[in-house]
Amino acid sequence: MIRRVVGWTGEVLVTLGVLVLLFVAWQLWWTDVVAERAQQQIVRSLTHDFAAEGPGPAAVTGDTYPGLGGSRAFAVIRVPRFGADYARPVVEGVDAPQLALGVGHYEGTARPGRVGNFAVAGHRTTYGRPFHDIDTLRPGDRVIVETKPRVFVYEVTGDEIVRPWQTEVIAPVPDEVGARPTERLLTMTSCHPKYSATYRYVTHARLVRTVPRARWHLEDWDRVTDAAGPAGPDPAAAPVPRTATGGS
Amino acid sequence: MYAALWRALPGPRWARAVQCLVLAALVVVVLFQWVFPAVAPLLPFNDNTVGG
Repeated sequence: MIRRVVGWTGEVLVTLGVLVLLFVAWQLWWTDVVAERAQQQIVRSLTHDFAAEGPGPAAVTGDTYPGLGGSRAFAVIRVPRFGADYARPVVEGVDAPQLALGVGHYEGTARPGRVGNFAVAGHRTTYGRPFHDIDTLRPGDRVIVETKPRVFVYEVTGDEIVRPWQTEVIAPVPDEVGARPTERLLTMTSCHPKYSATYRYVTHARLVRTVPRARWHLEDWDRVTDAAGPAGPDPAAAPVPRTATGGS
Repeated sequence: MYAALWRALPGPRWARAVQCLVLAALVVVVLFQWVFPAVAPLLPFNDNTVGG
């Protein structure tokens, strides 16, 4: 009798251990596989949409990519420091389903290129980890936000590490709640340290150039990547050629 | 309980082994597809945002 109870307990414990290991594998590996595929697909849809004729801002919605559901992707974010081919969709909203599909735009914060703070959040680890290397950004690095009508080039101004409840970092004037914004800013948030949620890594940038999509040429991209500054292993060494229409 | 499962499965040894593998694969699919995605938001280490 006792032997059987011990045997059962052992089997249950081993099963629980295997379940935990499976969960870790799912979280650290499988979510990356699924999310990276989804994010690349949305970027492709957006790029196609951007290149299409017709006025007005384009967006990829649940009609184009069912996983988006009621949300929408409306921009592509490129960071030369993260790699020449780094491109992630920007999705409206920062809840879990949206952050699994790209970089999330904090609803209510400024639109790209507008006066105020265009604030976005992204995973540091898992789910395609779009902001995995956020701590490698240095002042002067470029962050490019592409929308259908315009391409916005932001320049990193600095970073800070805050606690999760410090929402003042995404205020229209960061860290000055209630102040009237005059600058066009971008703020990126992610978790810190990696695999933890104790702090938030926050990087601020300000708009330095706005280029109409039709005039966004190869030289612009070269200039942007050159301006990324001296990189260590230089992820920006081989810039991806961009055509005037943004299609590729 | 795994011994009971082994006894309950029909066929020769190799057929039982195959059935066990299929069952294990099914469990993994259910976990990856439905259970883990439902559990993940309840765990704290995926928060990247400030505020609520």
